[in-house]
Amino acid sequence: MYAQMVKSEATNDDPEKLAAFQARIDANEKIEPKDWMPEGYRKTLIRQIGQHAHSEIVGQLPEGNWITRAPTLERKAILLAKVQDEAGHGLYLYCAAETLGISRDEMTEMLLSGKMKYSSIFNYPTLNWADIGAVGWLVDGAAIMNQVPLQRTSFGPYSRAMIRICKEESFHQRQGYDIMMKMARGSPEQKEMAQDALNRFWYPSLMMFGPSDKDSVHSAQSMAWKIKINTNDELRQKFVDQTVPQAEYLGLTIPDPDLKWNEEKGGYDFSEPDWSEFYDVLKGNGPCNRDRIEARQEAWEKGRWFRDALVAHAEKRAARRVAAE
Amino acid sequence: MPSLPDIMTPDAEALARAAGKGKGAPLEAGSPEHDLFTGLTRLGDNTLILGHRVSEWCGHAPVLEEDIALANMALDLIGQTQLWLGLAGEVEGHGRSADDLAFLRDAWHFHNVLLVERPNRDFGHTLMRQFLFDAWHQPMLRALEDSADDRIADIARKAGKEVAYHLERSADLVIRLGDGTEESHARMQDALDRLWPYVGEMFHADEVDVRLAHEGVMPDPAGLRPTWDATVDEILAESTLARPEGDFFHKGGRQGRHTEHLGHLLAAMQWLQRAYPGAKW
Repeated sequence: MYAQMVKSEATNDDPEKLAAFQARIDANEKIEPKDWMPEGYRKTLIRQIGQHAHSEIVGQLPEGNWITRAPTLERKAILLAKVQDEAGHGLYLYCAAETLGISRDEMTEMLLSGKMKYSSIFNYPTLNWADIGAVGWLVDGAAIMNQVPLQRTSFGPYSRAMIRICKEESFHQRQGYDIMMKMARGSPEQKEMAQDALNRFWYPSLMMFGPSDKDSVHSAQSMAWKIKINTNDELRQKFVDQTVPQAEYLGLTIPDPDLKWNEEKGGYDFSEPDWSEFYDVLKGNGPCNRDRIEARQEAWEKGRWFRDALVAHAEKRAARRVAAE
Repeated sequence: MPSLPDIMTPDAEALARAAGKGKGAPLEAGSPEHDLFTGLTRLGDNTLILGHRVSEWCGHAPVLEEDIALANMALDLIGQTQLWLGLAGEVEGHGRSADDLAFLRDAWHFHNVLLVERPNRDFGHTLMRQFLFDAWHQPMLRALEDSADDRIADIARKAGKEVAYHLERSADLVIRLGDGTEESHARMQDALDRLWPYVGEMFHADEVDVRLAHEGVMPDPAGLRPTWDATVDEILAESTLARPEGDFFHKGGRQGRHTEHLGHLLAAMQWLQRAYPGAKW
């Protein structure tokens, strides 16, 4: 779940048009870019898809941190391919958002100035090689929980982007788990790395779903529009239920002494993450917020001459073509 | 006490053999196996070190499409490394895998040209390094397709398809940046001037090259120069960049004498394998 706490926008449209729009959504029709849509729907989607796209881009950094130290040629190739997929996901999502009337450059400027957010999870550091496994297993695992239902979202371009992205994410999750298996069954030091990675990534992964939104008006509106399909608590529960047996299989311990199976609800009871830490991270006080955004700002600033030159060259070429005609 | 008692164990020789397992006696310098091993590590080390340098950009490129393209190129180069170093290990016959060769040799056993270990600097410098290398790499692979050794010809055919695209891309960007803005032109000219003293090494044959060429296994690199010159002159003309004067060049990389930069690169790349010997990843 790369979009967190997306506030839905109030809408002041003609009630008749709104009712007709809602009827299309209720009939499971896809809304396409040229169709009429409430301004609130448009703005909420820009915020949500944009935040997801930014998360893919910023998400390259914690994993990129280990590309030069990947322990085998195969692991290096797999990690490079994964980070490349993420850049590709960013590209589809920016394109999907652009169909709503905002440009990629505008969204980039908003990310770099802090006006748009990316997922809190990418403000945590990757400190040992098992973190690369844990990011695939837990972070991509949590993301998939939200993205699989979003394949059926009401906005056509977003739904189509999600279908492509989910295929790749599920592959990433399996690769992450594969690293965890090697580590958890390796030398004592490797097992220590694996447990350490799980200890650090468990609660931040639970935070990815956002705080409980069962009483949130924003979520209710987004769910009516089918741009949000499940509540945060439903998805978090599903994630925990899926992940606990996987951790047991690895022989690793989930860092929650209160975790236990609840026969009655058919799921695990588990401890809530520390939500004050979550709000701190959103405010910019996570361990890596400043480093992450500065890395993106630096890439953008240092790349300006490159982008300007490509535009200048294209203009020169066009002028030469005109002169030759 | 006239002397200390002998503390050697009686099975010392067997222990030494076990400890040295996978090491075997070094190949004899000048032997065909040694020449072939050297030639293959030269190819594989070029792709490994350049692939590593390119991968350092991951997440930091000037535009999203470039991040994707660079990752692609690094992936191709790492894939080619697996093939070249895999074959080198096979030829050596001591049970070393491509990973063993990549992660467990020290700098003086690396045989890449110095050009590919030069640091990235700015994006223009990275692209210029890529172009100068691609313009050599492509005709090298084309010549290797005719190798008397089928295993080499097979790898060259596979890699050649990828590298043809690398050259197309890097040449195109050199043109666009050379003939872009005043600033991009200056940056590209500076990159070319800085990298020029590392060009000559790619074409400088030593006795290993001469013997490999004589056997029809690998081409004499000197023979690739006219093709390289033609490509580079054409692209530089179109990019409005001036070919630097002078033919001095640094050398030694192909014989294992490197710049200071390689040690730092290997320190990062080999760290996990060195810190946790024998671990499976």
